[in-house]
Amino acid sequence: MALEITESRPLGKPIKRKEDARFVRGQGRYLDDIKLPDMLYLALVRSPYAHARITRIDTSRAQALPGVRLVLTGEDLAKMNLAWMPTLAGDQQMVLATGKVLFQYQEVAAVVADSRALAEDGAQLVEVEYDPLPAVVDPFWALSPQAPVLREDREEASNRIFHWEVGDLDGTERALRDAATVVTERIRMPRVHPAPLEPCGCIADYNAARGHLTWYVTSQAPHAHRTVLAMVAGLPEHKIHVISPDIGGGFGNKVPVFPGYVAAIVASISLNRPVKWIEARTENLTSTNFARDYHMEVALGADRDGRVTALRVSTVADHGAFDAAADPTKFPAGLFSIVTGSYDFPVAYAAVDGVYTNKAPGGVAYRCSFRVTEASFLIERAMNTLALRLNMDPAELRQRNFIAPERFPYQSPLGWTYDSGHYAATLQKALDIVDYPALRREQAERRARGELMGIGLSTFTEIVGAGPSSTFDILGIKMFDSCEIRVHPTGKVIARLGTRHQGQGHETTFAQVIAEELGLTTDDVLIEEGDTDTAPYGLGTYASRSTPLAGGAAALAARRVRDKAKKIAAHLLEVDEAEVEWDGQNFVAMGAPDRSVTMPAVALAAYTNLPHGMEPGLEATYYYDPPNLTFPNGAYVAVVDIDKGTGAVTVRRFVAVDDCGTVINPMVVDGQIHGGLTEGFAIAFMQEIPFDEDGNCLAPNFMDYLVPTAVETPHWETGRTVTPSPHHPIGAKGVGESPNVGSPAAFANAVIDALSPLGVTNIDIPLFPWKVWEVLREHGVAE
Amino acid sequence: MFPNAFDYAAPTSLDEAVDLLSRYGDDAKVLAGGQSLLPMMKLRLAAPAWVIDINRVPELDGRRESDDALILGALTRHSAIEWDRDLDADYPLLRETAALIADPLVRNRGTVAGSLAHADPAADWAACLMALGASVTARGPQGDRLIPVEDLLVDTLTTSLELDEIITGVTVPRPAGRAAAKSLKLERKVGDFAVVGVSLQVEVGSGGAVSRVGIGLAAVGPTALRAREAEAVLMGRPLGPEVIREAAALAAAAADPASDRRGSAAYKRDVVRVFVERGLTAVQHRLADGQALGA
Repeated sequence: MALEITESRPLGKPIKRKEDARFVRGQGRYLDDIKLPDMLYLALVRSPYAHARITRIDTSRAQALPGVRLVLTGEDLAKMNLAWMPTLAGDQQMVLATGKVLFQYQEVAAVVADSRALAEDGAQLVEVEYDPLPAVVDPFWALSPQAPVLREDREEASNRIFHWEVGDLDGTERALRDAATVVTERIRMPRVHPAPLEPCGCIADYNAARGHLTWYVTSQAPHAHRTVLAMVAGLPEHKIHVISPDIGGGFGNKVPVFPGYVAAIVASISLNRPVKWIEARTENLTSTNFARDYHMEVALGADRDGRVTALRVSTVADHGAFDAAADPTKFPAGLFSIVTGSYDFPVAYAAVDGVYTNKAPGGVAYRCSFRVTEASFLIERAMNTLALRLNMDPAELRQRNFIAPERFPYQSPLGWTYDSGHYAATLQKALDIVDYPALRREQAERRARGELMGIGLSTFTEIVGAGPSSTFDILGIKMFDSCEIRVHPTGKVIARLGTRHQGQGHETTFAQVIAEELGLTTDDVLIEEGDTDTAPYGLGTYASRSTPLAGGAAALAARRVRDKAKKIAAHLLEVDEAEVEWDGQNFVAMGAPDRSVTMPAVALAAYTNLPHGMEPGLEATYYYDPPNLTFPNGAYVAVVDIDKGTGAVTVRRFVAVDDCGTVINPMVVDGQIHGGLTEGFAIAFMQEIPFDEDGNCLAPNFMDYLVPTAVETPHWETGRTVTPSPHHPIGAKGVGESPNVGSPAAFANAVIDALSPLGVTNIDIPLFPWKVWEVLREHGVAE
Repeated sequence: MFPNAFDYAAPTSLDEAVDLLSRYGDDAKVLAGGQSLLPMMKLRLAAPAWVIDINRVPELDGRRESDDALILGALTRHSAIEWDRDLDADYPLLRETAALIADPLVRNRGTVAGSLAHADPAADWAACLMALGASVTARGPQGDRLIPVEDLLVDTLTTSLELDEIITGVTVPRPAGRAAAKSLKLERKVGDFAVVGVSLQVEVGSGGAVSRVGIGLAAVGPTALRAREAEAVLMGRPLGPEVIREAAALAAAAADPASDRRGSAAYKRDVVRVFVERGLTAVQHRLADGQALGA
């Protein structure tokens, strides 16, 4: 039995998630659940070397294996002009390698067979001979003139992909020279992976008779993927039907197009049969898009009172073998220029150099609005260093430097217009929940006993909801989003949006938005996403953009429906439209509160009893191009204890106060916060993808790339302040990514706070016990 | 993700199992709980031509007690020990260790004997059973032989079992005096292999002097190790801070760890010291509090 959700005026209520019934009962329909008649399976042959010439590929043994239907190599694809494909970042990437391989686990050949096991057997029989080349692993070495140039396909003989800068360099240098205090720090945010529970995959089902491709794919952006496919494969766009079924987590991993997708489509077209490709876990971790990998250097100036005066940031961004980031086209370093954070910097400058190395390509925005996590981590870590240098409480330093509430809309020195916020109140709420003064007293007592306890703050500002068409596009397509609402004769609604949820709860929260606008219940509204034949065009779900964009479109489309409904209501109430009022649930005749009609009554009339001359039906579509981005923010406090014997860190408490503007569903928001904090915890304490000097990936599976379980995950305490976005139709800002963006710095700052009496100002994450132990021993601390 | 093709046999008697092993030798692997073998096969790191599933061999099930020992059948699951509080009376280290193994899913399927036969140096049982002076019984075509766990473990993933031998049971001697035990394990997350594991059990005589002690170390050598010199320094003396520190330092010296992503050799050796000190201190308190058995 389905869950009944009959509450009226649902906006802001903790409505239970409509989608959970099928997910918790195992009745979801994920990519790998789908089996089509006559379907074949594709497995990829991958390179064992990070950098090598391919001297020979012999596919004859694989082709001779009974059950193998097709073997594809880069040479085969080159004949179709498909050996390379464009990336969303404007670079190109090899589909199947020709000439040489550029990272370990790179796709070299594809084998299609009757079963997945046979496809893997066939892949083992493909013989590839390599002539190994020196691997370029260190991005700083990659930039030196002596380093081999990795990408022979580019005109430019350099491993530098781009140099991007923003702000006032001269003014920043002047302000740093004049500053009473300047702190500098090298801050590393290591390479990590979004590691969704479900890896990436697709089923390509080409029908030669119809000239039609149905493409089931784990996609966060099905419409964009269809357009890219139409451009790359030369198939007419209306004959490509993209279906993104239930998605088991995306976190940015499912935004790009991957070589396996293209290989499966080519195979299906070649064989005229459906072909499924789905990654194994190792393939996901080693080839389909890492995140972060920023080497940042910061200089932060302050005056005698601890007021910040200037910020200079330079960054080397390791993109691996191909720039396969999924940033908006004009932003090669994403929205990294949010790096001035919540603080009123008079002047700032940031530069990023993108670099090729012999590593897997990327990097995606892992639960983050394009490099916002890197920016937030940098500024929150740098503020901690400044507090230590000034010997000032980090909460006091922040309160002194926050952008004041009356300054909004606030023009940041790096070019953004912050919409709203009350940072001081948000921080104060977090400090109150955690009883900050008592914690500092306890810390002093413990320090006197030689114990290591730390308190870390992060008071971050995000930038999400990309974005306004004036600035934001992906390969030229503007980054609006959309909603189409159809109200059926009995007052039941199907609404379709251009986004594609992967666990965010859209089927509930967007139903709440629309039900609220239409005077219905959440149960009356069915949300559908992910089918390009039915849903209106939109750019998809990532970068916390669904609520800022599609959520806005949903509210505005619903208001369009209501506008027409009002005319019908006037007809039913036999009054002028001007004399009809909407009371939130019903249309009421002005001055006659006993005379009212419900939305279902109006809906029926839209098909049965219309005013003369009115077009039948009750539906509307809205393509929402937002006037600005939104700027969610939060104040996080982490409390940790360190075991001096092992270096192990225990997170004793974690308080997260978020301000995401209007809250659509507090339970869904809490769920998002819990999930993102757990990821942030993992990033701070246990996750990284390192490489050895030959470019071998050292974390190619869940034995070495660690995902926390419920056992080690701390207890999360959440709170909220509500500062609505002034420009969003319902004042909402987006929330899914805040905890991942804001929390890593809180954890790191807490550990550093515990160790600060030793003079420690920085330790690189992840904070494995051995790393903390080494710092302790360097400073003569032992159990 | 998918293993290479293999043949599968499910013998229903021990003789049949030994016969199959004799026939296929190096081409065969024994499947008990499958918690190490199956992941290795799925990653195609192991590709046996034959998998011999012993889960239907009745002689390998269950366990029995004699006057001086507990004998665990080769199919005894980790969880069977984890949840049997009766074992605490005579064998306090067993449940201490079982509860630290991987996660409930692994504990429900994995077997004590399978863990020993796999001979991963980071495994929990080897260190525990070494500390207890346990032995395994191996059945081959020539009959049974008893192998002390210390002699079973030759090198990383290498045992002294012949290709046609199968472990039928594990014999754990009963303590003669009052005993208390402690297992400690540092892992990066639940289910991770140990960074360092320490399993120890101490027996004391009527005067409180240590009459027997076993200290097993996991993940700090090519096999699990026994810290013999640390044990020796404790023998005949009552537990106290000074001798505990001495023993901890000797145990650290006995460790032979490798530097890897879980930490440097120096780090792991120091954690051995810290854990042996903590473990012996906990045991000292347990003995003093009368929590120990045989009191």
